[in-house]
Amino acid sequence: MTRALHRWPGLLALVLVMILAVSGAALSVFPAAERLSTPQTETDLTVAELAGRIQAAYPGVEQIRRAPSGRITAFWFDEGTPGAAVIDPATGQGISSADPDPVRRWLTNLHRSLFLGDAGRIAMAIGAAAMLVLSISGAMLVARRMGGWRRWFAPLRGPLSSRVHTGIARVAVIGLTLSSATALWMAASTFDLLPDDPAPPAFPAEVSGLTGAALATMEPLAALPVSELRELSFPYPGDATDAFTLKTDRGTGYLDQGTGELLAWAELTGWERVSETVYMLHTGQGAATIGLVLGVMALGAPAMGATGLALFIAGLRARPRIRGNRPAKRAGTILLVGSEGGSTWGFAATLHKALTAVGHHVHVAPMSAFDPARYPRAERFIVLAATWGEGQAPATARGFIDRLAALESVPEAPLAVLGFGDRSFPAFCAFAEEVTRLAAAKGWAELMPFDTVDRQSPQDFARWGRALGLALGIELVLEHLPVPPATERLTLVSRRDYGADVQAPTAILRFSLPQASLLQRLAGRGFARFRAGDLLGILPEGSDLPRLYSLASGRRDGFVEIVVRKQPGGLCSGQLLTLEPGQAIRAFVRHNPAFHPGAGKAPLILIGAGTGIGPLAGFIRGNKGRRPVHLIFGLRHPDSDFLYREELAGWQADGRLARLVTAISRGTKPRYVQHALRAESAELTRLIRDGARIMVCGGRDMAAGVAEALTDILAPAGLSPLALKAEGRYAEDVY
Amino acid sequence: MKSILAALALTSALVAPGLAMARPVTLTATLNNYGGDGAYLALYVTDADGAYAGTVWMAGGKSKYYEHLSDWYRATGGDPAQIDGITGASVGAGRSLEITLDLADALFDAGYTLHVDAAVEDMRDSPNEVAVPLTTAGAGQPVPGRRYVASLRYDM
Repeated sequence: MTRALHRWPGLLALVLVMILAVSGAALSVFPAAERLSTPQTETDLTVAELAGRIQAAYPGVEQIRRAPSGRITAFWFDEGTPGAAVIDPATGQGISSADPDPVRRWLTNLHRSLFLGDAGRIAMAIGAAAMLVLSISGAMLVARRMGGWRRWFAPLRGPLSSRVHTGIARVAVIGLTLSSATALWMAASTFDLLPDDPAPPAFPAEVSGLTGAALATMEPLAALPVSELRELSFPYPGDATDAFTLKTDRGTGYLDQGTGELLAWAELTGWERVSETVYMLHTGQGAATIGLVLGVMALGAPAMGATGLALFIAGLRARPRIRGNRPAKRAGTILLVGSEGGSTWGFAATLHKALTAVGHHVHVAPMSAFDPARYPRAERFIVLAATWGEGQAPATARGFIDRLAALESVPEAPLAVLGFGDRSFPAFCAFAEEVTRLAAAKGWAELMPFDTVDRQSPQDFARWGRALGLALGIELVLEHLPVPPATERLTLVSRRDYGADVQAPTAILRFSLPQASLLQRLAGRGFARFRAGDLLGILPEGSDLPRLYSLASGRRDGFVEIVVRKQPGGLCSGQLLTLEPGQAIRAFVRHNPAFHPGAGKAPLILIGAGTGIGPLAGFIRGNKGRRPVHLIFGLRHPDSDFLYREELAGWQADGRLARLVTAISRGTKPRYVQHALRAESAELTRLIRDGARIMVCGGRDMAAGVAEALTDILAPAGLSPLALKAEGRYAEDVY
Repeated sequence: MKSILAALALTSALVAPGLAMARPVTLTATLNNYGGDGAYLALYVTDADGAYAGTVWMAGGKSKYYEHLSDWYRATGGDPAQIDGITGASVGAGRSLEITLDLADALFDAGYTLHVDAAVEDMRDSPNEVAVPLTTAGAGQPVPGRRYVASLRYDM
């Protein structure tokens, strides 16, 4: 719900919000500039003295105004010709033109009405309302994403556009909320929807009939400091029935021109005061610094608009189009999908199609949209859930567990849960299992037993489909071919072979960078944007199931590089290790933002063994900022599989690599990286205390050994890999 | 250019002296290029004693700004009944306002004066921008204003 409240106003009012934000930011400069260019007024100057000076310089003065910036303007008639100037209060003389700045006027009219009069004002008010809804819903989303309001400024994770979007939002939301709320107030005031019309006192029925009191003798003016003045209007020359009109910060009144007496006075109403404060906060007039701060925050809006749109498009792309999705309230089968990368949606689409073909009404939705009240006709629930990280909820299932746990009563329609995962990970289908356990604990009836699909296996899925068909009393055939990713051809440029002597044939394969189309470059898709640590998916001949390799290079390096070790009986590694320069493979990029070193100057501790050095070498190659990088590298024998040996020496020489520690597992004194870590424990503790980030790449056993060793090493310092992980300072890429 | 036929929707003071005896009058106000936003204009009539007699037209729709038309505001207290049905849009710099309405014959050659108060956002207020006596002889004679109005003319 919150996400919908964020997405749709954002998309619908994108252009309006952009115009509002950019023009508003530009306008925020003017009050500050006016403040700086305005001559200072002596602090004890009274209105009587100021008016006297101006009257001496301009005998035909009609009106004196003081802007919130302190700028004083006088208007006069001189022999029938109107004149106006900004006044130096010290002399009463004009110093510059009083005409409004045409640029500022243009921007103001764009900002508030798009030059379209009242229709434009209404459009911009709608834009402001959209901005307010976006700010509030966005704040709620940030709180949810960060894990609570108290963790507002916790480190960000996830894809780049999402990090940029949230990073800006956390700061700018305050300004945008204030600006949009005050904008709505001002629009309401302009359209007379608020009782804040000025209420000057009635003009006095009787005046003294005298004229010509000296300004200095007029008590109300002599007692009033200039800083409180808004406006002083002089009586018409020769009209004894007229009076001075005085407006101050407190109210409006009339002064007798013969006696200087205050004839009538009306205080500002409460509504007027509120409206004036709102006006000041919105425009920065009278609060130039606040105005500038709000202006800078407003500049976040275009960046958030662009990244928000990118996120929306990425979300659309990750999800296959599901034809004939039934509305939630009319569907008998509710199919809830928990997917991180989007592949589970493909299975959902196949299931949806098959069930629809036999006449079922199926509603497919992300698990995060789960809300039992929305499914009055539900006869069964089916959950297809992947798992993210170490058993966490995948992207489209956020909040599902909490919502399920909070339910007072579960739906009567029975539930089936199918988990998607990869058996090579310890937390295989852990999230789906947790959903199943919780549902059972809440007493949710089971439609069929929990089952799993390993590595997107079409066979597993088809088997489960047959079982589902049995449970429903229909014949259900599920033939799912994972949606093939859009691949490109990569041509091998060079290969360097290692490890043949130590029974671990390994190669560094370098491919030429495919040409990226303009669209890809703009959208950052395909090979147009990738970094070391991202993944290269390769489709081997004879299989539609991609194999993923960690990239050892980024787009900026100008080539695509991976490190591959021959797996016994491995289809893909076998093909790769026989590849000759000039030959090509089919591949695609999968972003892996969790395994990027990130920006910053904090030390980096890179730990890898074997082919795990690939992405780590990529990080070092890209370390142009000379961040202190420490590499702990495990290999078998320095003469056989010392991957990147020459480059590492060069990087050490030019400062990209601060320190290299090798652990050699074959020879007289075999050592693994764990041993090297223990030997370095004092140095490691120091680095981690200094804010170092740890990145581990390699096989599962090695990663487990590293985590164990670090747990021991860091315990005396009161730290642990788990705690570091929670801070985003411990990342693993494990295979 | 605006051409508006206002019915006898004027305040009673303007139409009472001779309800049956009215004639169509076209008022044309042309503004200077004063370099600002649209001007609010209040067109109203005072009698031979200078007392407010009634409003002819209000160019500008937002009542919160009427206090800047200070003479008109002082005379009427900003009473919305005075401009009910005779309110139009503000007039841009360099543009003209043209209105046609039935004015009572009794207003002419009887000491009545047509006034225009003008105000522009962020610029000076100009009460009594124009004051022109209503006479049959004066019809068709353009009269310049003080600050914003290049000329004001009434034709019968």
